[in-house]
Amino acid sequence: MGLETLTALELAEKIRQGQVSVLDGVKAVFEQIERKEGTIHAYLDLYKEEAFERAAQVEKGMAEGKYSGPLCGVPIAVKDNICIQGKRTTCGSKILENFVPWYQAEVIERLEKAGMVIIGKTNMDEFAMGSTTETSAFGVTRNPRNTDHVPGGSSGGSCAAVAASEAYLALGSDTGGSIRQPSAFCGVTGIKPTYGTVSRYGLVAYASSLDQIGPVGKDTADCAALLEVISGYDPKDSTSLQREDLCFSQALGGGIEGMRFAVPKEYLTEGLSPEVRSAFMVVLEELVQMGAIVEFISLKTTEFMIPAYYVIASAEASSNLERFDGVKYGFRAREYDGLHDMYKKTRTEGFGEEVKRRIMLGSFVLSSGYYDAYYLKALKARAVMKQEFDRAFEKYDVILAPAAPYTAPRLGESLKDPLAMYLGDIYTVAVNLLGLPAVCLPCGKDKAGLPIGLQMIGDCFMEKKILRAAHAYEKRREAFIRFGSEKKQVVFPEIAKGDAKV
Amino acid sequence: MVKKIDDETMENICILAKLTLSEAEKEKAKEEMQRMLDYVEKLNELDTSGVKPLSHLFPSHNIFREDVITSQDNRDALLGNAPEKKDGQFQVPKTIG
Repeated sequence: MGLETLTALELAEKIRQGQVSVLDGVKAVFEQIERKEGTIHAYLDLYKEEAFERAAQVEKGMAEGKYSGPLCGVPIAVKDNICIQGKRTTCGSKILENFVPWYQAEVIERLEKAGMVIIGKTNMDEFAMGSTTETSAFGVTRNPRNTDHVPGGSSGGSCAAVAASEAYLALGSDTGGSIRQPSAFCGVTGIKPTYGTVSRYGLVAYASSLDQIGPVGKDTADCAALLEVISGYDPKDSTSLQREDLCFSQALGGGIEGMRFAVPKEYLTEGLSPEVRSAFMVVLEELVQMGAIVEFISLKTTEFMIPAYYVIASAEASSNLERFDGVKYGFRAREYDGLHDMYKKTRTEGFGEEVKRRIMLGSFVLSSGYYDAYYLKALKARAVMKQEFDRAFEKYDVILAPAAPYTAPRLGESLKDPLAMYLGDIYTVAVNLLGLPAVCLPCGKDKAGLPIGLQMIGDCFMEKKILRAAHAYEKRREAFIRFGSEKKQVVFPEIAKGDAKV
Repeated sequence: MVKKIDDETMENICILAKLTLSEAEKEKAKEEMQRMLDYVEKLNELDTSGVKPLSHLFPSHNIFREDVITSQDNRDALLGNAPEKKDGQFQVPKTIG
């Protein structure tokens, strides 16, 4: 085992101590990429030469005091819907196959100021629409825990890269669970921040009222450190918030005694696989043993989450993706008859099936005569959901949920039935509809050895609470990544057998 | 109200979405959208009378700034991504007959 198995903070500490150089860390991940990438295909583009040059630059900058901070010198991967100046940004789509942005996303500026080294762009579902990374126009990514299975999506490349130690950290984006669900499937940790915490400037838009960029890492501390780097007000994003409580790492280390956790009963229905359910129940027991208060609650709006989400997300997507018309950038169809036909042929040939499906649904729900019945109705449902969650957060610090109803599906099984795939987002979409922060971390494995993820959801701006809880739980759990196997026998505890009050 | 997606509606959706579908694709899309809308119908079971639609999560207002030019002359960079260009401009097919 080489340097690549360290966490990002461990590597950064060794660099600061002078035990290893920035270049050593960069070399270690590229050697790992060499070994793994042929099978995993987490990346769409790699910047090996630039990363080596950048390593020397960071080394020098650290000596001169230009770069400091906890993640200085750490290599990082970036999801391919985040613009890096002068680097191809495809969003996993043929329509942007050759798009090279001339501007820099705000998060990229922040990574550079923090002295981090960008090593490449990761694979994703086309325009972040999908749950498996199989809708990418550039091939599938395999789950490093079991290569017959998908890594989840849409940030599947980012999560697979971290899980395979092909990156210490990665940036993902989360519109309906796209950081949390693949984190769960790959056995890594990911955070979806409160809406407005991380600038969306330079993130190619899918659904603007739901999109947030967030960190993917090997553990909670790494993710908290990266979130600190990328958070902050940006005048270039009109939905960016001026927050002052951005020292997320400070929240780690505290206990959770007396902390109040709520478990929505509606999350434990028959759709949940028995293995995920029992792993989740073990978590509840653990939290109780750690001194937390765990209670069941009812969230009656749960069954309306998926319909509301897909109406709103598709509506926003149809509007945002209107810009891909073959004029200013990207692909243009070769043969066409006039301007309008050029638009249509370009979009028909350039977009994949899932993207077209959502553009069509979105166009319909926004169209004259149906706007009120579908789009406006979904926005009203969203308001009712907010009231219900607000009430829950008056009483509880954290809402607990599985990340997904099942572990990673086999490759090739999910795209046949789009609606069935959408239903898998049941535990993740509320967080986006309501702008809430959530962390997803591993809490077990199924019989096939596939990871199971746990979500801790907080009220808006309460990242510190969920990070404190996640970190405390993580300390209790065996370090998943490091040891690769759960020592604790997953048992079906008493609490799981009925509607017990804990 | 369960909306039936007929050929005319599908045609209209394709116009709005700026997509060309073959007959077989249209049939498949009709079927899939019908299934999705039947499912979305569930939202009508939720009482939303008197509820204001929530499109922005936080109280939002217009963000103003001084009208100062911050961008530079990026013409070449911008045109660099254009599929077709001519004389420093984006080139499109003839638009008026």
